Amino acid sequence: MSDSEETKPKKKKEEPRAKSIDPAALEVIAKAGAEGISTVFSRVDEMKACPIGAAGSCCQLCAMGPCRLVGKNAEEKTGICGATHGTIGARYMVRAIAGGVAAHSDHGRDIARTLLAVSKGNVQGYSIKDPDKLYRVAEMMSISTDGKEMNDVAAEVAQKALDNFNGVAGDELTYVSRAPQKRQEIWRKLGLVPRGVDREVVESMHRTHVGVDQDADHLLDQGMRTSLADGWGGAMLATDLSDVLFGTPKPLISQANLGVLKEDEVNIIVHGHEPTLSEMIVAAAQDPEVIEYARSKGAAGINLAGICCTANEVLMRHGIPPAGNFLHQELAIITGAVDAMIVDVQCVMQALQPLAEKFHTKLITTSPKAKIPNATHVEFDEEHALDIAKDIVRMGVDNYVNRGEVAIPQYTGDLVAGFSHEYINYMLGGKYRASFRPLNDNIMNGKIQGAVAIVGCNNPRVTQDEGIIYLVRELIKRDILVVQTGCAAHASAKHGLLTPETMEMAGDGLKEVCEAVGMPPVLHLGSCVDNSRILTILSQVVEEGGLGDDISDLPVAAICPEYYCEKALAIGTYAAASGAYVVFGVRNPVADCTEVVDIMSNGWEKKVGGQLVFEPENEKILEMVMSHIQKKREALGIHEEKERVLLDMAARREL
Amino acid sequence: MSKLIASSVIAGAHQFVSEAEEKLQQAIDTAGPEADINLPNTGYYLPVIYGLTGMKVEKIKDMEAPLAHARELLPEGPAERLWTPYLGTALDAGVATLFACEIIESLRYVLEPGFYTETDAPTEDNLWLGAADDVIMRERGVEFVDGTAPGFAAITGAAPDVETAVQIAQELKQKMLYVFIAGKDDGVSFAEQLVEGGVELGWNTRLVPFSPYISGHIWSLGFATRAALAFGGVQPGDYRNVLKYNKDRVFAFVLAFGRVTDRKYAAAAGAISYGFPTIATSDIPEILPTGVCTYEHVVSNVECDDIVARAIEVRGLKVVVTEVPVPVAYSPAFEGERIRKGEYWVEMAGPKSTGCEFTEIADDVEDGKVTVAGPEIGDIEQGSTVPIAIHVEVSGRKMQKDFEPILERQGHTFFNEAEGVLHMGQRDTVWMRISNRAKEAGFTFEHLGKIIHARYHADFGEVVDKVQVTIYTRQEDVERILEKAAKAYHERDERLGSLTDESVDTFYSCILCQSFAPTHVCVITPERPGLCGSYNWLDGKAAYEMNPTGGNQPVPKGETVDEERGQWSGVNEYVKEHSQGMVEAFNTYSMLENPMTSCGCFEVISCILPMCNGIMTVNREFKGETPSGMKFSTLAGSVGGGVQSPGFLGHSRFYMGSPKFISADGGIKRLVWMPKELKEEMREILEKAAEKAGAPDLVDKICTEEEATEESEVLEYLTKVGHPALEMDPMF
Repeated sequence: MSDSEETKPKKKKEEPRAKSIDPAALEVIAKAGAEGISTVFSRVDEMKACPIGAAGSCCQLCAMGPCRLVGKNAEEKTGICGATHGTIGARYMVRAIAGGVAAHSDHGRDIARTLLAVSKGNVQGYSIKDPDKLYRVAEMMSISTDGKEMNDVAAEVAQKALDNFNGVAGDELTYVSRAPQKRQEIWRKLGLVPRGVDREVVESMHRTHVGVDQDADHLLDQGMRTSLADGWGGAMLATDLSDVLFGTPKPLISQANLGVLKEDEVNIIVHGHEPTLSEMIVAAAQDPEVIEYARSKGAAGINLAGICCTANEVLMRHGIPPAGNFLHQELAIITGAVDAMIVDVQCVMQALQPLAEKFHTKLITTSPKAKIPNATHVEFDEEHALDIAKDIVRMGVDNYVNRGEVAIPQYTGDLVAGFSHEYINYMLGGKYRASFRPLNDNIMNGKIQGAVAIVGCNNPRVTQDEGIIYLVRELIKRDILVVQTGCAAHASAKHGLLTPETMEMAGDGLKEVCEAVGMPPVLHLGSCVDNSRILTILSQVVEEGGLGDDISDLPVAAICPEYYCEKALAIGTYAAASGAYVVFGVRNPVADCTEVVDIMSNGWEKKVGGQLVFEPENEKILEMVMSHIQKKREALGIHEEKERVLLDMAARREL
Repeated sequence: MSKLIASSVIAGAHQFVSEAEEKLQQAIDTAGPEADINLPNTGYYLPVIYGLTGMKVEKIKDMEAPLAHARELLPEGPAERLWTPYLGTALDAGVATLFACEIIESLRYVLEPGFYTETDAPTEDNLWLGAADDVIMRERGVEFVDGTAPGFAAITGAAPDVETAVQIAQELKQKMLYVFIAGKDDGVSFAEQLVEGGVELGWNTRLVPFSPYISGHIWSLGFATRAALAFGGVQPGDYRNVLKYNKDRVFAFVLAFGRVTDRKYAAAAGAISYGFPTIATSDIPEILPTGVCTYEHVVSNVECDDIVARAIEVRGLKVVVTEVPVPVAYSPAFEGERIRKGEYWVEMAGPKSTGCEFTEIADDVEDGKVTVAGPEIGDIEQGSTVPIAIHVEVSGRKMQKDFEPILERQGHTFFNEAEGVLHMGQRDTVWMRISNRAKEAGFTFEHLGKIIHARYHADFGEVVDKVQVTIYTRQEDVERILEKAAKAYHERDERLGSLTDESVDTFYSCILCQSFAPTHVCVITPERPGLCGSYNWLDGKAAYEMNPTGGNQPVPKGETVDEERGQWSGVNEYVKEHSQGMVEAFNTYSMLENPMTSCGCFEVISCILPMCNGIMTVNREFKGETPSGMKFSTLAGSVGGGVQSPGFLGHSRFYMGSPKFISADGGIKRLVWMPKELKEEMREILEKAAEKAGAPDLVDKICTEEEATEESEVLEYLTKVGHPALEMDPMF
């Protein structure tokens, strides 16, 4: 794995890299530049990443340091306590994973608490939108539903979910049983089965404290166990319970990019991650009384749009258009058209408030967990959810009249979103023949060579959307079905790749399947917690048969080309620990810690069948992923065209 | 599904559902909501709706719920651009179409009496047969089970001309397939083309004209659905398994000739959910990726010359056809063809003459030698009757005396499979005809010998090395052979009579049906033939010798667990293993405790009549009510599919004459009711058995439908005639 660009001084002489490949972004970045407005795109040029920390050579866990393991014979150096590069790198990874898991899982816990409150009737505006899913979840949790009222089932489900966080559900998280049998056995044998979300996060923090666990491999095992508490715990529960409360997504059409903002309507942006608040904002924005209020202020209506994963939550279930991904949060404000930006948790930049002050935009923080100095704080609670949401929307409406100059870049991409795992199962056979069989069959016959998840963030240290779009295009050309979540999905949406017409860009085999199903070759599965949907799909594909007996047998991979945050590392780790081949772009945060790099690639492949590797060059990523898929196809014996099996009676008896 | 197809499917589905709604309203207005809906003699209500949803449609008003469900399933068509996935929704539309079609077609029985013939062949003035009843389904089901009919072609539209239609029908039959026909193209139907081409239609010839409307193909799917319920042991409403069963085991496909309308697309989408692909002659979009069907879903632009071969490949079917050197078509599909007076050139043996067929082991056999001693067909005047003796001499290292009758009896099948040859009876009751057409095609008596030679080698090659056939057509020769044969027949009967369950230490299994009934295992003992009536212990033994890895395997009895009930450890082990653990143990001689399961091919069903302290036995041809309160078709629903149902037993007719017939439950003296027809057909066998059981006048005391069909009335009758069952220990 090569070092990050920033550590190589010679790079300075090269042409300045483009900020984005998104014309809307470029237009607003240019405007900001002209007006001397600071954005993430300008600040990233003003501050190089610290080269010591960037490669994992800095330890600041205690006051004996910070220690930096650089210079001559850096590899042999240790921290003041004696910690090696390996230990420092492993601690960094484990703490990052714990941070990411904590974020997703706290989100999941809040959804579970909302469900519990709904079951008790202590809420305003919420209900159980998908009772069928509630019963399916109950069944998966081995909760008997016979003769029980729906609310009682919901209460038990919510309680069981909460027990998963607290670690009183037993020795294993409930959803571990959803993984293929063989995968469960691997985890059990290695002691990787998470025992409780909170417990694993706490233990990770403990073991990475100075003077505790000082064996890189041992530490990274705990990293995997903690990450699994997210993928098969917090995030999976967040997805399932969100579906129960807000409805299981099915395909719908929408548009993405800054062009979805409207000049003559009140523009309200929901930004952040949890659907609890945004669901109510959607309801409030559709309330005739509130709309009338907007009209009374001279607006033609209320236009809701999203950024980051909140955008994905309301896109998947309501078709609310995303105004853009992570790096669009400031750009949206710079259009001058955003009357209110409502934020909750995660990926919300502190720079928003000073920026908003330059425009008329009202930045409203809502989570009891997250405040930003000088922003308006309206604390949200489930008991008065709809009232609060209406108040917030009205604040946006009130602000409409304060608009100054408006410059909305007129770029949008059409999109089809809403691919829950339940819908994918349905779309491949209808109500009566729903199954993953057609997917498996077409992977086996080679029309689809494999599947790759292109997920994750934007990072201003690389050209916005470039890696994502390059990889999506190149992979579908090679008959790879692409699934997406998070900000990476927004990138494809903005560039029109989430449309069924994109099949024209796909290889012949994939195109044929897309045409048969009517699906795009790039499927939008939802928010970042919805990466758990990918785990469910992979498990069901294994169960359907014909492609081995474990996730690690499948011709699949995951790429996070433009990662920036700890949550991404948590997701990447649980994907690897679940048997997937995972490649991260941008840079290797532990590049100097060769022991750690080796453990996460070769070591994990031997141990759990998956690996987590870093590669900044997109072309190289493509090559690595394709060769991995080919390797898996060969191992399955499906790399060559098979003769058609014709059955006679004796063969039918053998069935 | 291409978008174009999905749009058409959804449009067609909307049309069908609307039509069904109109028709249903019309039926409610004219016949009333309470009017009965009865498809001819079936225990499966409207089978597609029943199989897929579990809803029982018995009255007109019962159609409302499934039709409302069909309406709910109807999606919007895909958008011009930026569409959402349409495969799932189009398949839903296909299923909605099936429900609507089943309602439309079933209502014809109420709204348009006489629309369908309700017979198994066309009548003088009506071509359209309508729904197959359960008797046909079970009889034909046996062929689907044993592989003599691997599947069916559902044809819609019309061939470019009569000649092509006849050619394609012939080709399909040579591939052993059934041909189900419904719908027209431009006012012309494939069935009408066949009639014009002089082809005989009907269940017997495997060319089944269901309906002039495409919606009539619902009878094809009704047949397929019942196969899953009757043989596959799938529960009604378990749609996933009904459809999966058909995808895996019923090798059917749709052949669409001519223009494909929205309605045809919709019906074809319904068929795709069953795993039945469509092969079309016209230039429509294709759906090639795999998944819902085993291989392609829609293949188009296929030339008529290639269509049968292409269809078989697309469906993933392998048809093994034995090459027989005769100048007429040859396949199991010709077995049921009739040759009436006026249609035959020559009739051999039968009631107006004498004849026999006789197969024996001989030395000095010259393989392939066929001699016709006496006049050949060319020497005989059209329409005459001649005597015939078909003397087959065989040799082979592994050939045994016990196999002689098995080989000999197969002549019936082997001859009938030639188009234009009719064979009935066996031994000295043989009766044959050769049609005018066959004669004109060059078929001679010598070909009868060639058929035997080819088929003995193909089917019994393991035991037969050389086959020589001599066909005698002169009276004196025939009588000479007959005399020799009679002695052999007598010896064979003696030998068979001496075989008892106690005298052997090995039984034979029959799991041929597992292609259709995956958990059913037949155990054939000398005194209990297979429940379909086709296999006895000697057949099983011979079949094993000839194909040691085939569907008949030796089952060592092992330790005796229960002598009276006929339970042995070896048998239990075998059955447990081969029923995939479904059946832990079974009693050979009891129907009350752990009875044997059945696939669904049983000739008769016995069931307990508790008030009468006895049992009733009903044959599958009997369509009336029985004292059990259930018709055969309903009873059959509780015994098939490899399930043990205490108190119910599917078995062969012949088993009733066995000393081991439910001997643990009291034997033949328990028999208190049976249909008149069955009683008369079985009288001789039953009387012998009754005498052995010490009740010589039993048969006349058995009640039939002429005396009673209510159990209480049966009891009155039994009391009146003093039936011995009333004196026996309580059955429970």
